[in-house]
Amino acid sequence: MMKDKKIKNKAQAARHRKERLKYVLIHICIILFAFICVYPLLRIFSVSIRPGDRVISTDLSLWPSGATFISYVKLLKNTNFLIWLWNSLVITVSTSFIGVSLASTAAYAFSRFKFPGKKTGLILLLSSQMIPAGMLILPLFLMIMKLGLMNSYLGMIIAYSVSALPFSIWILKGYYDTIPRSLEEAALVDGTSYPGSFWHIILPLSTPALSIAFLFNFTMAWNEYLIARVVLFGSKQYTWTLGIFELQGQYITQWGMFAAGSMLVTIPVLIVFLYSSKWLISGLTLGGVKG
Amino acid sequence: MASVKFRDIEKKYGEVSVLKGINLDIKDHEFVVVVGPSGCGKSTLLRMLAGLEEITDGEMLIDSLLVNHLSPSEREIAMVFQDYALYPHMTVEENMSFALRLRKTNKTEIADRVKEAANILKLNKFLKRTPKALSGGQRQRVAIGRAIVRKPKVFLFDEPLSNLDAKLREEMRVEIAKLQQSLNATIIYVTHDQVEAMTLASRIVVMNHGNIQQIGAPIEVYRKPANIFVAGFIGSPTMNFIKGKLKNIDGRLVFENSYMNFFIPSYLLNQSDGVEDRDVVIGIRPDDISLENKNAKHYTKQIDAVLEVSELLGHRENLYFKVGDIKILASVNVFSNKSPGSKVPLYFNYTNMHIFDAKDEKRISTIKLV
Repeated sequence: MMKDKKIKNKAQAARHRKERLKYVLIHICIILFAFICVYPLLRIFSVSIRPGDRVISTDLSLWPSGATFISYVKLLKNTNFLIWLWNSLVITVSTSFIGVSLASTAAYAFSRFKFPGKKTGLILLLSSQMIPAGMLILPLFLMIMKLGLMNSYLGMIIAYSVSALPFSIWILKGYYDTIPRSLEEAALVDGTSYPGSFWHIILPLSTPALSIAFLFNFTMAWNEYLIARVVLFGSKQYTWTLGIFELQGQYITQWGMFAAGSMLVTIPVLIVFLYSSKWLISGLTLGGVKG
Repeated sequence: MASVKFRDIEKKYGEVSVLKGINLDIKDHEFVVVVGPSGCGKSTLLRMLAGLEEITDGEMLIDSLLVNHLSPSEREIAMVFQDYALYPHMTVEENMSFALRLRKTNKTEIADRVKEAANILKLNKFLKRTPKALSGGQRQRVAIGRAIVRKPKVFLFDEPLSNLDAKLREEMRVEIAKLQQSLNATIIYVTHDQVEAMTLASRIVVMNHGNIQQIGAPIEVYRKPANIFVAGFIGSPTMNFIKGKLKNIDGRLVFENSYMNFFIPSYLLNQSDGVEDRDVVIGIRPDDISLENKNAKHYTKQIDAVLEVSELLGHRENLYFKVGDIKILASVNVFSNKSPGSKVPLYFNYTNMHIFDAKDEKRISTIKLV
């Protein structure tokens, strides 16, 4: 009896050790990769707070001696950085809202209605994603020029919203497909119209997919450089991606301000990510119908 | 509450005809159960009345008002779905009041009606919960509550109990029966479960292959099935069907096949009906087969059968027999204590026997009510 117990305890202890080892290994991996992700950001931060005379140095410490926020102050005071930020913000937020509203309604049609060209349309949308962005620059440039929207918010917003549309439609269509039709039918019987059931039932239930689409639109528009390069000219019209390169001169690049700008532009994205994470809840449609 | 009329209703999906000319009048306050196997078109009929499916041809009238082209919301009907279809992002209270809020009913009235429905359905405790936090039975009650608060002209139930387990289904069946008594509403209830049909309906509509097979009170459909389909579909365990031929032997009508023969009393079928030499199917319910010769007058002569399997259900025993190649099920309430393989004499009760034409499958015998 006692012997049995001893063996059992031993086996248990061995199992515990194994579990613990697994736990430690997993965490080492996670920490390693997290460090790889965060390190560049930390370096940029450390560059941004270096005093002017030591911007280009081989010092690897994250908090350099004589740390100062002078680069930030100079960036905000002496350049158009705030204007660039504002331009980016207007274009990005408009793009996100317009993109998501276009995608959400288009995806609803693709998910719920039968119409000629539905399959082809979906495949065309998907194949448009396979074309490298660089190839689209010329046609977009020509279109925006013909529309007379060069160097304007609207031109940028149109260019950005359409380029993110295919992906958003696919994401949303896929999500709508998982929402049982009987929910809309119940709403119809309860007295809504088709748009009403979309508004009252589908949209509230799709917040996870909507926020993914929003995030995608937001980060895409916020970080975009190529289209902005051809559509915008004149420092006052620049988005931050263009503007920040004004700090790069032919003979001298102000790396301190460059780094400071890079740090500042991460803030809106960070806020949007943190805020939208609360909408990324799984199992929202749970309990509505018998599954 | 209201009456409902279906006039030559047809439904086609492309070339496939799902409903082939349905004519049905449902009176005010009536509880009509439409029953049939899956794919018979019963749910489609209900969904067409709700306005969720287009009507290919024919007319639908609610209270004499043609509703063919009205949107679901204009038809003043409420529907309980098979999968509950509760709005997952709303609480029980919000689910139940959704329709009223859409119609901008005033708040105190909404609160009163929700409270009233919650009282009837014992949902008061759960009003603030979301559907996720409810059990299957409670969810189905919320779905019913959502229909009640609307005070619609007609209630539509689309297989509301088929997702519940057996015990809960029984409980809910009783609750729906009680609900009908208290609401006194016009209800159209679709199910594939003949037990629900028998227990709930004031009238049963039996459907198959897009056609109405029979309309009648539950007992009428059970006792006087119009054809082989209805006879086989209604009643549990299923009726036995025995193929054979009618013969005239010495001036008496006799049913005959390779393994059995017995005479047919004139109150079931008269020779003057010209039924001689016709191929027929005899229908006899398992309950109407006796193992002992009680009353020779109303029973066939002895038919020798071999017991294959017996199932003891507690209050009854199901006995599976074979007479030659013919399988026969008898359900008896006396414990027979017979072992498989043993020979057992069977006697069919004439008074509950049905004779169907083998070709058009319609009942040709009359019913003698004893």
